[in-house]
Amino acid sequence: MAASRVAANELFLNIKLMPKRYPKALFLFRQISTSRPHCDKQPEPRTKSAPQQLVGVVGLEIHAQINSNTKLFSGSPVRFSAPPNSLVSFFDASLPGTFPVLNRRCVEAAVMTGLALNCTINKRSYFDRKHYFYADLPAGYQITQQRRPIAVDGVLTYSYFGGRKRSQMIRKSVQIKQIQLEQDSGKSLHDDARGQTLIDLNRAGVGLMELVMEPDMKSGEEAAAAVRELQLILQALGTCQGNMSEGQLRVDANVSVHRPGEPLGTRTEVKNINSIRYLSRAIDYEIQRQIDAVQSGRTVQNETRAYDSKSGFMPEPNLPPLIVYEDNASLPTGIDPSQAVVVQKIKDRLPELPGVKRDRLVQTYGILPEHSFTLVNEDGLMEYFETLMKTTQREPRKVIGWVTNELLGHLKQRDMSVSQSPISPAHLAELLKLQETGRISSSAAKQVFQEMWRSGGKTASQIVQEQELGLVHDVAQVHSICQKVVDSHPDEVYAVRNGNKKVLNKLIGLVQKETKGRADPVLVKEILLQMTQ
Amino acid sequence: MSSFSLAASRRGYSYFVLLKKRCPSFKPLLRNLHFNGKFRKDPILNLTRFLCSKSLNPKIPKEPTWEPVSEDQLPPPTQIPPELVDKLERLALVDFRTKQGLECLEKAIRFADQLHVVDTTGIEPMDSVLEDRALFLREDTATDGGCAEELLQLANKTVEEYFVAPPGNIPLPKKEERSSMLKHSEL
Repeated sequence: MAASRVAANELFLNIKLMPKRYPKALFLFRQISTSRPHCDKQPEPRTKSAPQQLVGVVGLEIHAQINSNTKLFSGSPVRFSAPPNSLVSFFDASLPGTFPVLNRRCVEAAVMTGLALNCTINKRSYFDRKHYFYADLPAGYQITQQRRPIAVDGVLTYSYFGGRKRSQMIRKSVQIKQIQLEQDSGKSLHDDARGQTLIDLNRAGVGLMELVMEPDMKSGEEAAAAVRELQLILQALGTCQGNMSEGQLRVDANVSVHRPGEPLGTRTEVKNINSIRYLSRAIDYEIQRQIDAVQSGRTVQNETRAYDSKSGFMPEPNLPPLIVYEDNASLPTGIDPSQAVVVQKIKDRLPELPGVKRDRLVQTYGILPEHSFTLVNEDGLMEYFETLMKTTQREPRKVIGWVTNELLGHLKQRDMSVSQSPISPAHLAELLKLQETGRISSSAAKQVFQEMWRSGGKTASQIVQEQELGLVHDVAQVHSICQKVVDSHPDEVYAVRNGNKKVLNKLIGLVQKETKGRADPVLVKEILLQMTQ
Repeated sequence: MSSFSLAASRRGYSYFVLLKKRCPSFKPLLRNLHFNGKFRKDPILNLTRFLCSKSLNPKIPKEPTWEPVSEDQLPPPTQIPPELVDKLERLALVDFRTKQGLECLEKAIRFADQLHVVDTTGIEPMDSVLEDRALFLREDTATDGGCAEELLQLANKTVEEYFVAPPGNIPLPKKEERSSMLKHSEL
């Protein structure tokens, strides 16, 4: 947990609701004990003997920036970085006399996302205004869909590696309460030195999909896995690029603790999260903080704004209800096709979702679900694997280990992405071929891999030749080495002759030491067996 | 434009003179207009106003058609506790803590209470008179933006292409502080 200790400082700076009584000291992280992993469907059994453990309850509110060319209600372009206030129209600046005009692409994106998450699409949805005063909200209200959003009642299934050794793949699901379209606010830069705030409205009015999830999750690990899965789905759909560091996917976590069966505790919000790893840590930290507070008799204080309750909503008078049609048959006659959003058409256009991709990999290559999970989870790894499979004749099950353990291990150690790998699929295929044809042993292969990584460009054959790692098949040479070993270890030979097979391995080891691991192990064993008869 | 209005004023005045003789009920209206300092300057407005008067426009009923709603039909008068006044002041950013302010608010609520007399069972509330219109959907092509200079000129304070605002929200003083600050208020 060294990494988490280092990150503790970063947490203090970022968590919005840090209570003042916790000084800025390093905290030791403790792994939150979650309830048994396979009981996501079964109710918690009540133990009458001991009081139950406090468990965390996590609900997520996710804002995903819609991947569109223009904003939700105006024709201003959407871009990540641009000169301040250069992507702002009169409507975005809320000049009087301007009106919202809905972007069809945003509606289609919301419907597509709703379909991918198994939601019910509301054929008729309404827009509301949510009023609050803040400098980056020029109108004084945000147009959103609180009452009747475009999609409701969905489910997101996700998996993560859990269990004691983190090798068991656990499947969970979280209910999605609703998906609504809403406007983004501008960006404010605080200049505390001069006591002023600088406002950039480039982001004001960009379309967002707010996904509200039920508090079904229990720990930071689960929340992180759910968000990762959502990120993969949104990226596959193309409705959101899902880059958390660029603010395209913003997650707020509502965290509380309680004993199972009892009512939920006071919740606090964890905001300003810009990576999935940090999300997991921040949530776990908050759960632990609350558990400590409750156990020592203190109460958890909800420090959010005092008057942020459901006030300040009114229907948006400038926008009639949004109607989407089920299929072409239900379209009213004479309607302009560019004015109709048809759910069936969008359903037909849905691309392959990550879950389906994983199943396909398992079917096609016969690999384990755990492997396909890892392949799909890492950006570009699946493509790497498939390219590799095209050029190698080896069995997928043998190849997968190289990809998920060796390659991925090396990448993770150096915090690199698949696209930055110094070993291309073609080179790795060559290495595997050398191993398969018996030119090198498995241990030598790993050595060659390391060398290929370091040299970045040398082929496997080159390295094998340079370092003389090729297996020695010359029977005479091996024979003479074995003879030497046998002659110098008469006791062991005697033991083997008397039935102790384990000592044979020691002899093999000695031979390998002599040959610097280059002897063909099968051949060595054969010869030694012969000699020890 | 000015020549037209002058001609109209001359014509209008002569019409008024004519009608004054014909319609005695017009007299009070005209008297009103006469003492209105703007009589000469807004002849068209006066003409329109005249034409909309009760006597001339058949759509306006001759007698009032509404009846005052009796007190017993209304729900009990709403009390406004100090916490609610607090909350309203926060939301609206308006001070109305005086006796007069509260009375005004209570009267306004009472007036609106008359709506309770109407039976609305089974009727969905209306959000917008546009509810029957089709919501127009726009193509996703960029047609706006790129007017930073124009927008920045509208603001009082700007710094290098950014708008300047006071730091965050200035929080209203807490309840305890406020009561000491507003000792002079009648609440």
